[in-house]
Amino acid sequence: MAVRGGERAALAAALNLLDDKRPASRSSAIALMTRLQAGQAGKNSRLIGITGPPGAGKSSLTAALISVWRQRGLSVGVLAVDPSSPISGGALLGDRLRMKTSSEDDGVFVRSLACRGQFGGLSAEVWPMSLVMLAAFDITLIETVGVGQREIDVADMCDTTCYVAQPGSGDSVQFLKAGILEVPHILVVNKEDMGAVARRTLSELGAAMSREHSEGNWTVPVLSASATNGSGIEALADVMEQHHNVLRDQNLIKQRRHHYQGKWILKRLRDEFGSNGLARLGSTDSILDQLEAHSSTLFEHYEALRQRLL
Amino acid sequence: MIQETVQRDRPWLMRTYSGHSSASASNELYRMNLSKGQTGLSVAFDLPTQTGYDSDHPLARGEVGKVGVPIDHIGDMEALFDQIPLGQMNTSMTINATAPWLLALYVAVAERQGVDPSQLQGTTQNDVLKEYLSRGTYIFPPEPSVRLTTDLIAYTVENIPKWNPTNICSYHLQEAGATPTQELAYALSTAIAILDAVKASGQIPQERFQDVVGRISFFVNAGIRFVEETCKLRAFNRMWDDMAEQRYGVKDPKKRRFRYGVQVNSLGLTESQPENNVQRIVLEMLAVTLSKNTRARAIQLPAWNEALGLPRPWDQQWALRMQQVLALETDLLEYGDLLDGSPVVEAKVQELIAGAEAEMARVEDQGGMVQAIESGYVKRELVQSHTLRMRNIESGELKIVGVNCFEQTAESPLTAGTDSGIMKVDVQAEREQIAGLQAFRAARDQQAVDKALKQLQAAAVGGGNIMPSSIECARAGVTTGEWSEVLREVFGEYRAPTGIDISMAGQTDSAAMDAVRAHVRSTGEELGRPLRLLIGKPGLDGHSNGAEQIAVKGRDAGFEIVYEGIRLTPAQIARAAQEEGVHLIGLSVLSGSHLELVEDIHAELEKIGAGTIPLVIGGIIPEDDAQKLKAQGVQAVFTPKDVDMNAIMTTMVDVIRSANGLET
Repeated sequence: MAVRGGERAALAAALNLLDDKRPASRSSAIALMTRLQAGQAGKNSRLIGITGPPGAGKSSLTAALISVWRQRGLSVGVLAVDPSSPISGGALLGDRLRMKTSSEDDGVFVRSLACRGQFGGLSAEVWPMSLVMLAAFDITLIETVGVGQREIDVADMCDTTCYVAQPGSGDSVQFLKAGILEVPHILVVNKEDMGAVARRTLSELGAAMSREHSEGNWTVPVLSASATNGSGIEALADVMEQHHNVLRDQNLIKQRRHHYQGKWILKRLRDEFGSNGLARLGSTDSILDQLEAHSSTLFEHYEALRQRLL
Repeated sequence: MIQETVQRDRPWLMRTYSGHSSASASNELYRMNLSKGQTGLSVAFDLPTQTGYDSDHPLARGEVGKVGVPIDHIGDMEALFDQIPLGQMNTSMTINATAPWLLALYVAVAERQGVDPSQLQGTTQNDVLKEYLSRGTYIFPPEPSVRLTTDLIAYTVENIPKWNPTNICSYHLQEAGATPTQELAYALSTAIAILDAVKASGQIPQERFQDVVGRISFFVNAGIRFVEETCKLRAFNRMWDDMAEQRYGVKDPKKRRFRYGVQVNSLGLTESQPENNVQRIVLEMLAVTLSKNTRARAIQLPAWNEALGLPRPWDQQWALRMQQVLALETDLLEYGDLLDGSPVVEAKVQELIAGAEAEMARVEDQGGMVQAIESGYVKRELVQSHTLRMRNIESGELKIVGVNCFEQTAESPLTAGTDSGIMKVDVQAEREQIAGLQAFRAARDQQAVDKALKQLQAAAVGGGNIMPSSIECARAGVTTGEWSEVLREVFGEYRAPTGIDISMAGQTDSAAMDAVRAHVRSTGEELGRPLRLLIGKPGLDGHSNGAEQIAVKGRDAGFEIVYEGIRLTPAQIARAAQEEGVHLIGLSVLSGSHLELVEDIHAELEKIGAGTIPLVIGGIIPEDDAQKLKAQGVQAVFTPKDVDMNAIMTTMVDVIRSANGLET
């Protein structure tokens, strides 16, 4: 199948299809997702989320990570999410600019997305799109702007979540302390080339963190890097891989993804139909159980639930 | 008969910004211009030369000899100044990222002419900071760029004392939308960044630092609001004098003088009724000559037809004659300063100074001009000002005769000729230049070249002044691309912030805008997803103001905009269009290489199976070429005539509709 083979035209067309709200397109999208999920078993691809405040240098860091991964022979798909204008619905999708991807490299594919008014920061299309990317690439990375509450979306979707902190900004520390920021798996202070101010943020973050992740079996590393100098990037890639291995060795990846995907579907249904609408489908737990039972045809089941409420 | 001798001031240097096709063709033009009474030269280089590529580099395709002369090596530079004695000439070179290299070539040619380099007079623009904000011919990140600028300044102060090593440009800031206050603030903040860097480099002994300050000159713009523009120059004068004295401790008033050259009007030249540009240019010339105490040192005027395409020799002659009439026929040069003591002028000057000082303080708070550029702050401010200007033109609040009022016109005899009133660059020029370059490379002493490049690399890495090894490279026959490549490897390449991420400025809602938004939204619904538009600037042209304005307007209209900034290859644009799933590609090309670039982009799109994405283009595109582009499959061609942005948006939506089988 062309998408799994990473064929670019097919992949682009698949992403367009998943974005398409017309009824006929939605049916084709369901068929596509079902076929993709069926073929996914056993593939050891990774889903990584990168988030942090505006200006922290997430896109530059992503670019630096891409070049490390490419040197290691891994293919990379990126979903870059930018805010949209609440008035016009229009958006400037600028992350691509900072990623400086090479036009020659078939191992990298970047799709930008507007968040399209979603309060959680990620538009509804990100989840199915990330599944398509997972089928095509060794690593799928979702990059999103996040301050406080808004990180939660991306953390609720990825295997590994990495928070990029801006040197000199107390925000991240405050959010962590207040418990607003769900603890990510990896914390990285970018722009270590800024010197003292970056080192101070690094030590503040280190001190503010309880180092054991709530999921267990994982000590949250606090790293320092510079996308500008290229320093600390290899180490960051290594830590991301370690986290993946921890999940894989405990056979947690599949389970996690199902869990997250279930939560994602609930959230989308609530967004679209309100809590009253959701209640018509039964209790949250019973919906999650249903989804669990249909885990191999999750997207199809999601559409079926939508149809019941429409 | 009564003979009255009146004391007249010496006129300013009169130049014409020119250069095209090849060194020999440009040399012929220069000698002709000099014979017509031009008193200095102003060299326009082509984009590959400005951005550090040899003429046979893939990125140079279609750009060689287009917006200026191609200079690949010392042979070209020698041909450019053939029979022009450099010891007596005053040459201004519009060159920035590769300024040390072009000065090195100039020095090496002077040596070959038997002229002592210490006698050379002229100017290298050498202001890379403004390239990140406008114009876009930067190569390296800001820090190494400032270092190269610094090296050139330090070198000339010691070795070519009559040279103006940098022309701090407010010209291009105005082009990018700057208000007079912003022009003052950002140009002077740039001067601070450069002077502080020279000081910190330790290359000039403390006691000679006032010589550095004394050699800094400016390149400004004068728009049609000529009273305010005159006041702006008086404000410049005063602020520079204060800064030189207070910040840099310059005691000698002569070394604190605000010296500037000028090119008038970049924003206001119109494509409609282009003959009106003549009176615009003349009025703008008054802004920089009227006040004796702030009179320009050198003036170059644009030709009346620059919004149509490249000017012909006759058009440039007309521009020169405007200067000559003002300087020689009128009595302007017989008087002292006409504006001193005017309370109206003084009040305006004070107002401008206060505004500029406030903005300079904001830049200083961010750590200075380099930091304010890197963070995107300055660019966003400029995009915002430019957006407001465009809105005012669109709404008719800002009047432009022949464009948004009095549009009716009789047919112009000026544009009726077989050449449509513009110059056509010889299409053979690029091929001949490449053949010449390859022959030059084959004939030179490769060992000498390798050795010179090694020294250049050592200086770049080690931090020694870049000029001596660059001059050695020039003598040895190194090419422009080779010199730049060595520095690219050491310093890296940069992409500047685009500034389009401004928040919605002010009230944008109008009935026309609402209609456009509804059109964008409903078409998106019919196609199942929001409309996505890729704005691409292919080739080496860095004039991105138009692209930025379309990006901002498109976002306001409800498009999801993908814009990656300047200098993209056709392959990158095609790839991005496919990966991003856009409904339309909008290209912006101002360098005249639209035919080649569109052909290449079509080919790339076909190659990757994205040939169905429709394409529109905007730029300085002559009517003949517009027809050719349409024949190549381009769906719409926009030119400077098209000031109604809502109409542009509507056309783009309609192009998407028809490409997707929807009715329009």
